[in-house]
Amino acid sequence: MSGSANHPPLLREDGQRLDGRSLEDLRPISIEARVLNDADGSSLVIWGKNKILCGVYGPRECIPRHDESPYRAVLRCRYNMAPFCSLEEHGRSGPSRRSQELSKVITECFENVVIAESYPKSAIDVYIDVLQSDGGTRCASATAVSVALADAGIPMKDMVAAVAVGKVEGKLALDLSKEEDNWGESDNPIAIASRNGEILLYQMDGQLTRDEIDQAMSMAKIGAQKVHQLQVDALRRVYDGASDKRRVPLELQPGEVRQA
Amino acid sequence: MEVQKELKHQQLMQLLAAGKRADGRSKHDYRDIQITRDVLGNAEGSALCTIGKTQVICGVKVSLATPFPDRPNEGVLSTGAEFTPLGSHLFEPGPPKVEAIELARVVDRGIRSANMVDLASLSIPGSSKVKAVYVDLWIADHDGNLFDAAMLAAVAALSKCRMPKIENEKIAFGEYAGNLPVSCLPVSCTFGAIGGQHLLDPTLDEEKGVDGLFVLATTPDFVCAAQKSGWMGYTQKDIMEFVDISFKKGAELRRLLEQ
Repeated sequence: MSGSANHPPLLREDGQRLDGRSLEDLRPISIEARVLNDADGSSLVIWGKNKILCGVYGPRECIPRHDESPYRAVLRCRYNMAPFCSLEEHGRSGPSRRSQELSKVITECFENVVIAESYPKSAIDVYIDVLQSDGGTRCASATAVSVALADAGIPMKDMVAAVAVGKVEGKLALDLSKEEDNWGESDNPIAIASRNGEILLYQMDGQLTRDEIDQAMSMAKIGAQKVHQLQVDALRRVYDGASDKRRVPLELQPGEVRQA
Repeated sequence: MEVQKELKHQQLMQLLAAGKRADGRSKHDYRDIQITRDVLGNAEGSALCTIGKTQVICGVKVSLATPFPDRPNEGVLSTGAEFTPLGSHLFEPGPPKVEAIELARVVDRGIRSANMVDLASLSIPGSSKVKAVYVDLWIADHDGNLFDAAMLAAVAALSKCRMPKIENEKIAFGEYAGNLPVSCLPVSCTFGAIGGQHLLDPTLDEEKGVDGLFVLATTPDFVCAAQKSGWMGYTQKDIMEFVDISFKKGAELRRLLEQ
């Protein structure tokens, strides 16, 4: 998203961003695990105005058979936008080129951490529905997937937390809003393995110098640590007390949004 | 699957013979129903309806469209249903299956025949465009009786749907001017039929065992849509009984929507 000459200013006179955040602030984030009944694991991530629902099924029989591997479970993540998710036009159903690419990079991110060798000849299906989009859905989605996989009891080497770093008005900013993504000079969605700090999803557009690339990754790591803490808290809430109570109805409009 | 159906059928019959249902309800009881409006901000209207463990989200988007050639002075109402694969182990990714198409069409008929939305009011004077109302049903959890949950979610979302501002034949997204006018609140009642008996609000387990489903949508005064689903045949007396129960239960469901 290269900057355009005729866009509204993205930083206020006091140097803060349009929504009042500083350059290092995340939007308010709420994460809940185990929000669906039938799915083996599930999560709802409300990140700013993004609302991402994720459900995990598996390990289960791999259909079609020709997708299966005798050595490991196949992991299949499917990122999908609901036709009512955006403020603009009603969307078309079915996978777009964009959603197919996001499905691919999110799948590859989790292929790194899921211990798939334990479940040969099976499939782990991860479904991501974007119910409301407001910039940064792929990072919120990767964050949701990690919680849903853990909720499903899928063995993983590590959790994954993701956040984007971008450039607005010549300055690097954490967790781009929709306007900042649209009008800013660069966008770098980055997913990070929480324990060893490895970068498992990395995309980039716009123009950044060598130093800015370096600094963006450092900022993403700090942001991802905060997101990771919210993930752990969400899992604690469903695992402590060993209750298998599902959250019904889904709280799509939670009273309390936890500030990162 | 045939074996499973046979076993579920036998189990249901045995329970019914003792006047029971697996979850302790009587034949004409609904599970707990919760309806929450305005659960999504980007959609013009939205609602979440849960019936027991079934959860259906409805999002309504309003756009501009070209009217149908035979109805140049009417807006467009379009209903879709997505059996999203995160909602059930039975759902797969891909184009809508026949069950999703049936669900969307039955809900569409209920809303359309009740004249809940006045399509003529969606035309724009002096413009070749009309307003289009897209109702999308998102099945987030399937534990039976999707018809009634989807109908409640759709009617709840439509009955509190903001209308976007229109400037120079373009929608100003994010700016609103009043609500979509609605004339009534159609609701549906779904019966599972088995061995000459019937159960209101079947769970998924019960749906596997019954011989057919019968759906009736009603307004306070009229039956406005019906669907016989499955191979089971019905007598005139059966259907009149469904009609009587639907009017009575429909009034209770409508009270939930009016809260």
